[in-house]
Amino acid sequence: MKKYVLDLKVSALTRLGNQHLLIKCKPSEGNLPPMLPGQFAQLRIDTSAQAYLRRPISIHYVDEQKDEVWFLVQMKGEGTRSLASLATGDILNVVAPLGNGFTLPTSSSERVLLVGGGVGVAPLLYLGRKLREMGHEPTFLLGARSAQDLLQAEEYEALGTLYVTTEDGSRGEKGFVTQHSILQTERFSRICVCGPLPMMQAVARYAYSTGTPCEVSLENKMACGIGACLCCVEDIQEEGHVCVCKDGPVFNINQLKWQI
Amino acid sequence: MADLSVDIAGLRLKNPVMTASGTFGYGLEYQDFVSLEEIGGIIVKGTTLHPRQGNPYPRMAETAMGMLNCVGLQNKGVDYFCTHIYPEIRHIGTNMIVNVSGNSPEDYAECAARIDALDDIPAIELNISCPNVKHGGMAFGTTCEGAAGVVSAVRKAYSKTLIVKLSPNVTSITDIALAVQDAGADAVSLINTLMGMAIDIEKRKRILSIGTGGLSGPCVKPVALRMVYQVAHAVQIPVVGLGGISSAADAIEFLLAGASAIEIGTANFVDPTVTVKVARGIDAYLEKHGFSSVKEIIGLCE
Repeated sequence: MKKYVLDLKVSALTRLGNQHLLIKCKPSEGNLPPMLPGQFAQLRIDTSAQAYLRRPISIHYVDEQKDEVWFLVQMKGEGTRSLASLATGDILNVVAPLGNGFTLPTSSSERVLLVGGGVGVAPLLYLGRKLREMGHEPTFLLGARSAQDLLQAEEYEALGTLYVTTEDGSRGEKGFVTQHSILQTERFSRICVCGPLPMMQAVARYAYSTGTPCEVSLENKMACGIGACLCCVEDIQEEGHVCVCKDGPVFNINQLKWQI
Repeated sequence: MADLSVDIAGLRLKNPVMTASGTFGYGLEYQDFVSLEEIGGIIVKGTTLHPRQGNPYPRMAETAMGMLNCVGLQNKGVDYFCTHIYPEIRHIGTNMIVNVSGNSPEDYAECAARIDALDDIPAIELNISCPNVKHGGMAFGTTCEGAAGVVSAVRKAYSKTLIVKLSPNVTSITDIALAVQDAGADAVSLINTLMGMAIDIEKRKRILSIGTGGLSGPCVKPVALRMVYQVAHAVQIPVVGLGGISSAADAIEFLLAGASAIEIGTANFVDPTVTVKVARGIDAYLEKHGFSSVKEIIGLCE
């Protein structure tokens, strides 16, 4: 897919709790290029003395009618925090779309489970929308520390069935996503996961034990985002070191060398 | 438009802007963003005689105005380059230059000889300054004898333009530059990355997998500029300047300091179109100040 350097205009910026930002943007000229669920963008950070490199952020959602792309950002360090100073109408420079994206089912009878934890829920919204367009009813299983930390719940609910776990039990079932009862009572034909590494590995264990095809989205630290610098490598079966930014970020768990 | 062309020991560049090895892939990675033929030269990823997996992840740590990397020369080896990559890049309308590294003078020479046979590769950049490999790399580039030994071996095996990339992690970079000049280098490029370190204070561990890495980005520019100035005033062969260049103004500083051409590295990650912007910016500077050729400003700063 052709990649672009785009000047996007911020159309809305919303703080979600203390730690997260929802940035909606439109192209300042022309139209958005095609983007796939699971792909990401490299956001330019210009206002921080400490942060020099772009920040890889997944495509949260694409609203084709409005020609708008959404980014869900966890303000983790100085670079991502500086994005909070953006105002409506400001220009956000991004390189996109990058990476491969999740595999979409080919048959119509698939039951797809989308598992997300923390800010890792981000790419699953656009994925859920695409699945729905294809005639699937996506099932979301989202984990958060508490009800307040659960991001964009109503957006997911509007697209499919939503199950929630929180570590403090303030919403849904108490515990981690892998402890949710839905995993015991139902079977799925495919699982797509994005979240913290231990969570993805726990879901991968479940997928192995049930023989369910499973894809995970990795977030190795990267510099260029386009397969040039070879910093973000993952050591995968047969091929060795491949770039998460170019050959991922989505991998089938069978490709990975996780000790699980 | 001013005449932007420069000459590096017989290697003709349409403009003085090249890409630093390891930051621009094989050029193809950037073809969506820039027309590659607008770049004076593309120095592709470091290539070795045998395939290398490179160092384990993590290989990168961001720093104030820069980054550390310890990629460790991951590449599929020179034979793979010749059979699979060269056919894909040979017709790109600019100078495609291969960065060559190795574990011994014999390795370097053998790798260089195989690339000498490729018609559309007009030059190599000899990497005697990689800080991220245990054997070879910087080990050769930090003594005059080691550097001269590798360059002599390669000079016998390689007939085209030989650029030698120098390490800044030395007491006197001019001594090394003079040694490789005497050993047959056609030009020198500098600087490779500065050895550095970053520590995660929560985990109380060094961030990079091998503990140390090479520092690059705008933070190294003043050091690089000083070294380019010193070397350009000491050697008779052309100097290619690099280290933190991210704008036309940065590039012009290096040209004024005595560099005949420049390379852009880490800045490609932040702005994939920076190379062509810098080339156009140099042209605008020359026009503004009434210079008809970029050659007029090379080494103009006393």
